[in-house]
Amino acid sequence: MITIERLTKKYGTTLAVDDVSFTAEAGRVTGFLGPNGAGKSTTLRIMVGLTRPDTGSATISGRHYVDLPNPGLEVGVLLDASAQHAGRTGREILTLAQQFMGLPRARVEEMLETVSLTPTEASRRVGDYSLGMRQRLGIATALIGDPEVLILDEPANGLDPAGIRWMRDLLRGYADRGGTVLLSSHLLHEIEVIADDIVMIGLGRIVSMGTKTDLLHEAGTVVRAADLVALELALTAGGLTASPSDDGALRADGDTALVGKVAFDAGIALTELRAATGAGLEEMFLELTAATQRDGAPA
Amino acid sequence: MTTIAAAHLRVPRATVKPMPLTRITAVELRKMFDTRSGFWLIASIAITSVLATVGVILWAPDGSLTYSTFATAIRFPVVIILPLIAILAVTSEWSQRTGLTTFTLVPHRSRIITAKAISSVGIAIAAMVIAFAVGALGNVIGAWIRGSALIWDVTVTQCAYYVLGMVLSLLIGFMLGVLFRASTGAIVAYFVLTFLLPTVSGLLADSQHWFHTLQPWLDYQFAQAGLFVFDHVLTGQEWAQIAVTGITWLLIPMLIGLRLVMRTEVK
Repeated sequence: MITIERLTKKYGTTLAVDDVSFTAEAGRVTGFLGPNGAGKSTTLRIMVGLTRPDTGSATISGRHYVDLPNPGLEVGVLLDASAQHAGRTGREILTLAQQFMGLPRARVEEMLETVSLTPTEASRRVGDYSLGMRQRLGIATALIGDPEVLILDEPANGLDPAGIRWMRDLLRGYADRGGTVLLSSHLLHEIEVIADDIVMIGLGRIVSMGTKTDLLHEAGTVVRAADLVALELALTAGGLTASPSDDGALRADGDTALVGKVAFDAGIALTELRAATGAGLEEMFLELTAATQRDGAPA
Repeated sequence: MTTIAAAHLRVPRATVKPMPLTRITAVELRKMFDTRSGFWLIASIAITSVLATVGVILWAPDGSLTYSTFATAIRFPVVIILPLIAILAVTSEWSQRTGLTTFTLVPHRSRIITAKAISSVGIAIAAMVIAFAVGALGNVIGAWIRGSALIWDVTVTQCAYYVLGMVLSLLIGFMLGVLFRASTGAIVAYFVLTFLLPTVSGLLADSQHWFHTLQPWLDYQFAQAGLFVFDHVLTGQEWAQIAVTGITWLLIPMLIGLRLVMRTEVK
C-alpha cells in the first residue's frame, strides 16, 4: 500500500505539487491521471526519494522509501524507460538490476521472457531500441525483484496495441495476486480500462478521486427523446441537472434508473437511455481539468 | 474459485537483507566496463602504455634507456585518461540519466558515490600495475634490442609516490564529476585545470616575484610534480605543499560537490 500525505513541492514560485494526499491500496490498480505537467512525475519521484518534498510524506507499506533495505525487492519502479545508457545492451541493464538486488542470474533470462524480448533483441544496445522495447525492458527491471508494489510512470507510452493489452493483463494479474499497482498516464482510455481506483490531478492539485465505478456513476446518464426540450424541462423539474451534449442527446447527472423514472412520470418516450461510459471519463477529465490545463477546453 | 485465488496470493517476504557495499561496488565497477566507450577508455590505458614504451625503445637516446624513462613516458597518457574515467563514472548517471534507476535501486546516494570512488581508485591502481609492468617489459626488451645495460633506477618508495600522484589526479577528475554532474562541463573544467592553469601560473611565477614564492602553495600541479620525479626525495615542506593544495583544490570542492549530489533532484 502506498500512502501519500499532504505532499507539497514548489519550484521557484510554481507549485508543482500542491497538498496532494491519496492512497493506493493493495490488490487494486490505482490510476494516476492528469494532463502533461500536472505534477504526476514529480509526485512519483518524491515517492521513491529522488526528489525531496517541501512538506508532507510518502510511505510504502508504512515505511519511507529510503528506509527500505533493498528497495528493488519491495517496490518495482519505472519512471522513464528512455533514461538508460544507450551503449548498454538490454540484457546488461537487467543484469545490473539483478546484481544490485542480489538475485540469482537466471532471473535475467526469466524476465526477458516475461516481457517478450528475444535473446537477439536483448543482446542489442538500448540505443537501437524502439520506445516500446524500452518500456518492456523497463517493466522487466521493475518486476525482476518480484516486488509487492509497482510504481510506473506512463508505462503504456510507445507500446503497440498488442503491447498495451499485454501490459494490462500483466498489471491486472499483479493486483489480483495482492500487489499494489500505481500507474500514471495521460492516456484516459488506458486508465479507464485498467484502473480500479482513479486519482485525477491538474496543475499539482487533486481534482477528483475515487473508485472507477463511482467516478463513472458521477459522469451521469446519456438520454435522448424526440422532444428534447420537454425532456430537459422534466429532468430539471425532477431536481436533476441536464445539459445538451454535442451529438444531440442530453446528459443528466443522475443514474439511468432515476432519469428513466423521471421521464416515465413526465410521459416522455425515450429513444435512448444509457450510463455515460465510454468517453464519459474523458469528458469528466477534460471538464475537471479545463480550468487548470494548458490548452484550454477544446471547442 | 477462492482456493485458486488464495493459492496465488503472495506470501509476505522474509526479512530483506540490506545491500552490502561490496556488492554495490562490484556493480559500479562492472558499469565502468560494460559499454563500448567505457571499455575502450579503460583499454586505452594499456594501449597507450604500450605505445609510449615502443616510442621510448625506438627513439630514446642510448644513455637514457632506463626504467625511469619508461615510467615517465607512460605517465603522460595515463595521467590524462584516468581522471576522464572517474569523471564519466560519476557524470553518466546524470548525462545518460541512468541515475533514475541507480538511485532508486540504491536510495542512499552516498553509497553509490562511495562505491564509484572505490572502483575508480581500484582501476587507477590496476592501471598503474599494468603501466609499471609494461614499462619493465619495455626496459628489458629495449636493453636487449639495443644491447645496452639494463638499468633499474626506480625504488619501490618512488613507485608508491608515483601511484599516489596518479590517484590524486584521478580524484581531481572525481571531484569535477560530482561538482558538475555533466560530462561536457566536467571534462572542459578538467582540461582548463590541467593545461591552462599551470601555464598561466608558470607565466605569472616568471614575471611576478611575489607569486614565485607562493606558487608551490597555490598551484596543485606544481606542488604534486615532485611525486613524479624519480631522482628526488620529497622534503617536509613539499609534503606540506601537497597537503595544502590538496585541501584547496581537491577536498573543499569535493565536499561542495558531494553536498550537491546528496541534495539535488534526480530527473
